[in-house]
Amino acid sequence: MPHDDHDHPHALLPPEPALRVKALETILTRKGLIDPAALDEIIDTYQNKIGPNNGARVVAKAWADSAFKHALLQDATAAVADLGYYGRQGEHMVVVENTPEQHNMVVCTLCSCYPWPLLGIPPGWYKSDAYRARAVREPRKVLSEFGVSLPKDTSVRVWDSTAEIRYLVLPIRPDGTEGLSEDELAALVTRDSMIGTGLPKVRS
Amino acid sequence: MTRVHDMGGRFGDGAIRPESEDDPVFAEDWHARALAVTLASGFLGQWNIDVSRHARERLSPKDYTRFSYYEKWISGLADLLVDNGVLTLDDLRDASEGDHPLSARMLKADAVAGALAKGGPADRPSNIAIKFEIGQDVRTAHPTANRLVDGGHTRLPIYAAGAKGRVLRLHGTHVLPDSNAHGLGEAPEPLYAVVFPASELWADPEHPNDEVVLDLWQSYLEPL
Repeated sequence: MPHDDHDHPHALLPPEPALRVKALETILTRKGLIDPAALDEIIDTYQNKIGPNNGARVVAKAWADSAFKHALLQDATAAVADLGYYGRQGEHMVVVENTPEQHNMVVCTLCSCYPWPLLGIPPGWYKSDAYRARAVREPRKVLSEFGVSLPKDTSVRVWDSTAEIRYLVLPIRPDGTEGLSEDELAALVTRDSMIGTGLPKVRS
Repeated sequence: MTRVHDMGGRFGDGAIRPESEDDPVFAEDWHARALAVTLASGFLGQWNIDVSRHARERLSPKDYTRFSYYEKWISGLADLLVDNGVLTLDDLRDASEGDHPLSARMLKADAVAGALAKGGPADRPSNIAIKFEIGQDVRTAHPTANRLVDGGHTRLPIYAAGAKGRVLRLHGTHVLPDSNAHGLGEAPEPLYAVVFPASELWADPEHPNDEVVLDLWQSYLEPL
């Protein structure tokens, strides 16, 4: 039940956010409910092990291997699990393909849903009120703030992640990348290009 | 009516500030700590993801608006711990050491990798028959509301209430957040991706061919 009729318990903790976190961590540790070493491990996972490099590998493989791309667009959860990518906030994956006719962009207007196993923890702007509020109503203005302008004939499809389905954008493979290895292709794939607020790097 | 978190389409938030892709994952150490404490506490098994989302949404509009992202997390967590009986208000004021009945469930460091890798799928078998076909026209419920609990959690944003769209995909049958966020059971039902023309949602769409897709449960939809 919503508890709207009393003061919220969080008000009992220190107001300054870093102290608020510390206070709660201390209380839970004293009670034997959390292990500070486990917190370190969680942080290390998302700081150093799981991030957009995973998604970039998936995109590069899709660019290089048409059978994989087909499988990825059919059942992304299974296709990326075959590469070893599965886990919290990536249990139900869908990959949407950009084409010259249609550009895809992902948002979560209600909170901050994001495909963690492929992209890690979302950047601050993805979680900001401005992005959450505006991406669905004026995606082209939002894209312009990322320095992206689309051809006028390209439509925009914005995916609002309102359930447990997590979306990854498959960007268009840049011209002039024929013959590149998957590693070289992966180096062109940016985080933002997999959210749909950016485009892959152009090869220098 | 929904709550303050339901901000899709809102005016007045100003420009987005893109960040470099090389910026640290956590801008402040306490952000990392807030995420980790929240995840580790979840493994005590006293609530599900829908309950925890609703805890953040239930922050007062004043707090929700003034709190930064991870302040919402940590404040929502404190509320969850008390509302679910894990901690008392006195514990928040001054925690003493001592045995806790849930301490056997504490997530240990060597279990973290496995626990995060395991995830928590939301698809479940359901005996609710699939009602809509891909390509079928549907309309979303209006007004937006949790039909089980007044003021409760729901995932139909207000900007898409009463809108006409077309079924794009069937995702299978998934836990219904409106029920699961309130201890009323998982109540799985068909979940669809529904595509809406931007002109169906906004008075002044940017482009005639633009679209918005939302994932919506069957009970949010009616046939046209």
